[in-house]
This record gives sequence, structure tokens and C-alpha cells, in this order.
Amino acid sequence: MANLTLIQAVNDGLRTAMRDDKNVLVFGEDVGPKGGVFLATEGLTKEFGEERCFDTPLSEDGIVGAAIGMALNGLKPVAEIQFQDFIFPAFDQIVSEAAKFRYRSGGQYTVPMVIRTPYGGGIRGGLYHSQSGEAYFCHTPGLKVVIPSTPHDAKGLLLAAINDPDPVLFLEPKALYRAVKGEVPEGKYTVDLSTLRTVREGANVTVFCYGAMVPVCQKAADKAAEKGVECLVVDLRTLLPLDEEGVLDAAKRTGRVVVVHEAPRFCGYGGEISALIAENCIEYMEAPIVRVTGFDTPFPNTLEHHYMPDERRVLDAIERVASW
Amino acid sequence: MKAQPKQSSSNKPAGGALTPARQRELFVHMLRIRCLDERMLKLQRAGRIGFVGTAKGLEAALVGPACALEAQDWLWSGLREGGAALARGMPLGDYIAQMYCNSNDSAKGRQMCNHFQHKGTHYPSWSSVIGTQIPHGVGAAYAAKLHGKDEVHSIHFGDGATSSNGFHSGMNFAAVWKAPCVFVCVDNGWAISVPSSAQTAAKSYADKAAAYGMPGEDVDGNDVLAVQAAVSKAVERARSGKGPSLVVLKTYRMLGHSSSDDPTKYRDAKEVAYWEGRDPIEGFEKQLVAAKILAKGERAKLEAQLYAEIDAEIHKQEAAPKMPLKTLVEDVYAEVPLHLRKQYNQFIAIAERLGEATPGDGAFPL
Repeated sequence: MANLTLIQAVNDGLRTAMRDDKNVLVFGEDVGPKGGVFLATEGLTKEFGEERCFDTPLSEDGIVGAAIGMALNGLKPVAEIQFQDFIFPAFDQIVSEAAKFRYRSGGQYTVPMVIRTPYGGGIRGGLYHSQSGEAYFCHTPGLKVVIPSTPHDAKGLLLAAINDPDPVLFLEPKALYRAVKGEVPEGKYTVDLSTLRTVREGANVTVFCYGAMVPVCQKAADKAAEKGVECLVVDLRTLLPLDEEGVLDAAKRTGRVVVVHEAPRFCGYGGEISALIAENCIEYMEAPIVRVTGFDTPFPNTLEHHYMPDERRVLDAIERVASW
Repeated sequence: MKAQPKQSSSNKPAGGALTPARQRELFVHMLRIRCLDERMLKLQRAGRIGFVGTAKGLEAALVGPACALEAQDWLWSGLREGGAALARGMPLGDYIAQMYCNSNDSAKGRQMCNHFQHKGTHYPSWSSVIGTQIPHGVGAAYAAKLHGKDEVHSIHFGDGATSSNGFHSGMNFAAVWKAPCVFVCVDNGWAISVPSSAQTAAKSYADKAAAYGMPGEDVDGNDVLAVQAAVSKAVERARSGKGPSLVVLKTYRMLGHSSSDDPTKYRDAKEVAYWEGRDPIEGFEKQLVAAKILAKGERAKLEAQLYAEIDAEIHKQEAAPKMPLKTLVEDVYAEVPLHLRKQYNQFIAIAERLGEATPGDGAFPL
């Protein structure tokens, strides 16, 4: 066991995968000798050489497109997109190609690959270094979408993603890169995809969240507990395919649900969770399902701390739902 | 001679010219494509299949490159390269099953017609999105290089694709990585209804290669031997570790973009007539007859033989079994996840109630 930050756990995960399998390679913009703008790939070129960890030309479309070709020809590429905000030139390659290869080829051609990218606000990055685009990708059958919130899960989910036979978009909450620390087992282990994690038990209100919103919801739940409201906090971890049974079970256990994400609300991931619960177990609900989200605006710079759901807004929603 | 396609013995340059037997093979490959197109168009008009993107006029641009590759090489295709896969050994039945999108189709009828694939000859599945296959071929070529495999990736696309993201990123990455690949631009003059003059201000698409730091060459795309020689040279260059090159095959799409397109709306009849006079099959036939590789009138016999083979396969595909309904949700992921099993089960319950399901279509275990 080592006590690591989330970014160190990502680095450890990449290193473990590359040591374990020579077909794993890591590439993207500035990931080589520099080690990535957040240092996720620090030291990998030195240990594994320039053929297995390297800088590419500045083209997200090219990075993902080439990764698909590598995966089709026996490699296990782990491509980095420097910021999720820059992923859209590669959107076509992700949704039209990577996600559809297995299906359109009748299972003849498959694309086991991982795209890692930091997402979300909290670093004063403005519109183009802060967005949470998970909903765009969760609307894409064939893709898996994973978001860790702890160092342990970051490594375990990343290793599971690299082992997975299908393409995985691995969204890393950059706000947590150095804000959380935790015990991380040495060597190889995996955390199963499509399984949620119970962060905190509670009988009164269920709070669904993921990524950088997990610690925010934990704090809000602690405050609610001081007022006598006990929250069951659930970290979804894999958004696609979702652990639907786990979500429904957690919703039924309290009958009161809050869903939290920092992405805009309209057509956001929270809408899917709400609809899932409404369709399958509305008879268990004792209050309206409430969403706490970013505004339906582009991501701001100066007022980002108000844009992102904070402990106060989450607590307000918990109290409203609890007292309905 | 038997007209069924065969993988060539070897294409390694043995003092330049191809043997007479090999030249005949190329001719038969070209004829097969022409005959297939003719039959597919008839089937489309009869309502038996949905869509045809013919290769009439492009036969040399398909067969020339196909016959410049070795068995282990890959061919990354666009819409019209199905005939190239046939020339490399893709069975005729697979081709026609894909045109029917039936249960014999290796893609399980997921794709619309004319979107071929064949794993056995390293011909990956193609999407309708233009240019996306270009960086795939480059990435696969990088993988081949990293593994030390003797494998060249021939990446095919049309003139319109030279404006796509994939062209730019693919050409750039390949040159930077010195990837063992060849870019084959089949410049048939028209991207659906947009002429090359509206596609680029460059004098030739081949000029674009210089900007990426690789050689680019214009070739008469209707001269199969010239095409085969030019692509062979580029393939050998890639194979020997010298990196990628661009070969532009100047040719002409004689018919519409597809069976849904009327090219008379946007093309000058004189232009079409000019290219009719440069038909790649007729030109090659004359050459072969003059060289006594082919007898006069032999083409008709070969065509009759090809049509017989094609028609026999069409009859087989007409009798294909029903598509299993479970293919609706299979192959999205390696395992069918719970939410898809549930969606399917709800659907099949209705189909069973209405008597539309057949044995084997039953529900998934939850």
C-alpha cells in the first residue's frame, strides 16, 4: 500500500499496465519526456522508451483515429486527450468509429482501447479547460464511460478499462488530481466496471454523484447528518453501462433522491438517473427527484465556484427532499 | 480458366513486367467487378437490394493496388473498394451477402449495402463517414512497425476525402512516424456532385504530399499496369522502412455516386463521353489481345463464366435464413449488458405475442 494522490494513482496504473503487457502504449500531446501537463505520464518514456510512451502531433482526431488502428492491429493503446474540452475534433472517431466497430462488423473487428482525459472545473480554466462532457458520450452505445473519484478507484478502474475488450472513455476529475489522497495497493488489481460504490450509508436521502462531486456530496451529507438527516451517498463510477440495479436499489432504500453533477442540467446525466428511477420504482418515491447541477450556460471563469454545485446547494436539495 | 478469385502468388518485382498469366488474372478481376456491378444494379432496380455504389470505370484503380499487395498486407477501404477485396481473395458469396445485408453477411446486416469487410484478406469494416479510415490505417501501420511485422497498410479514399480531417491527420502522423503505409487516392473527379475544381485549389492532389514530407505521384488510374507498378513501388518503399507515400489514381466514375444518384444533373455529357473512350477494361483488353495474352472474343466467354458464378451466388443469398433478432443488441459490447438484455426482452415479448418471433429469438436470461 502506498498513500497516493489521484494523479499519482493514474500514473501508477499506467506504469503497472505497461509493465504487465508490452502491447500497452501511451501517447498524446506532451505526454512524453514532459510527462503530461498534469504529470499523469511522468517517467513513462524513461522507463518504457519512446516507442511506448510518446508525443504525437497536435491533432485529437489523429490521436484517437490512430489509436483505433493500433487497437485493430493487436495493441492496447491508452491515448491521452490533454483536456476533455479539446476532445471534440475526435468526437467523430469516438462515436462513429471506436464505439461502432464491434457492432458494425458483426464482432469481427474490435477496438480495445482507452482514452484518458481530465474533465471538470475547479482550476480556473474558463470555458475550455473546465467542461464536463460526459452526457455527449453516454449517448453513444458501444462506448464505456468511467469516472473515478478516489486514488484507489482511479488505478483499479484504469486497469480494468485497459483490460476491457471495448473502448473506454476514462474521465479524470482534474479538481481532485491533487486534492484527494488515499491508500492504493501496489501492483495489479482491478475495480469492476459497471459497479457503483457506496460512499456513505444513510436511511433518509440517497445522493447520486460521481467524480469531483463525490467529496462535495460527502461534505453536504456530513452537514445534513448534523441536522438529523442521514444520506446514502452513491458514487456511480461507471456511467455507461450503468449499474442500473444498484441505482434502483439505492433509490428504493430511502425513497428520496438527489442527483448531483457539475455538467449542465438539460439533457444531462442526472435526467437519465431520474427517468430510470421514475420508470422503475416511482411507487417507492416519497418526494420529487431533485437535480443539483451546473447552470445551462457555458462554463464561466471568475464565478466558477458558483457554477459548480457546492456543499451548500447540495445540502439545500437534501433538506428540501428530506422535508417533502 | 477458372474465374474464381485467387490470392496472387507474389507481387515482388521480378524484373518489372507482370507475367502474361498474371496480366490475365488482373483482367479477369476487372471484368468480375464490372459484371458484379451490372448484376447488383439490376437487383437494386428490382428491389432485391437497397443500394449500390458502382465501380464502373474504376476497375483498374481497384485491381492495380490489390495486386500490388502481399497476402499479409491490409487494405483500408472507402465505398468502392469491394472489388479490390475480391481480387485479394474475398469470396464472392461474402460480397453478395453483404449487398443483401442478410444473415450470411459477416457484418450481420448491421451496415447498409456496399460496406464490405473481410477479415481473411485484412480488409477492415468501413464506415460511411469520409476519411475516418485514414488514421486507422496509419495506427495499424504503427502497430505493425512496433511488432516488427512485415506488413504494409494500403489506405484508400476518394478525392473528396482529401478535404477531411482524417486525410490531414493521417498523412501527417504517418510521415512523422515513418509508418509502413501507402495512401491511395482514387481521384474519380467527383465527390457525389462536387468536382475536383471545387474540392481543392491544388493543381493535383499529389501535390499535397510535399507538405507532409512524403513523395506524391500522379498515375493514370485507368491503366491497370501503370497503377500496379506505381503502387508496388510505394508498397516496397513502405516495406523497406522508408515511410509512406501518396499515389493519386486519376480516373472517372462512369455512373452516379450510387444507385440513388442521377449524375446527368451535374455532369457534362461530353466529359462522360471522353472517359467512355478511355475505359480501363477495353484499353487493357486491346493490350492483352495485341500481346496475344487474350484471344479475340475471349472476353465474352469470360463474362459468361463470371455471370454464371455471380448468378449462382445470388441464388444462394436469396435463400439466406432469417436474421436472428438477437443481433439487434449483440456486438454492442463483448457481453450483452443487462440494460440491453432488458430492452430486448421487452421487445421480444411483444413479437412473441404477435407471433413474429421464431425459435432462437427468445429472451435473454436476466
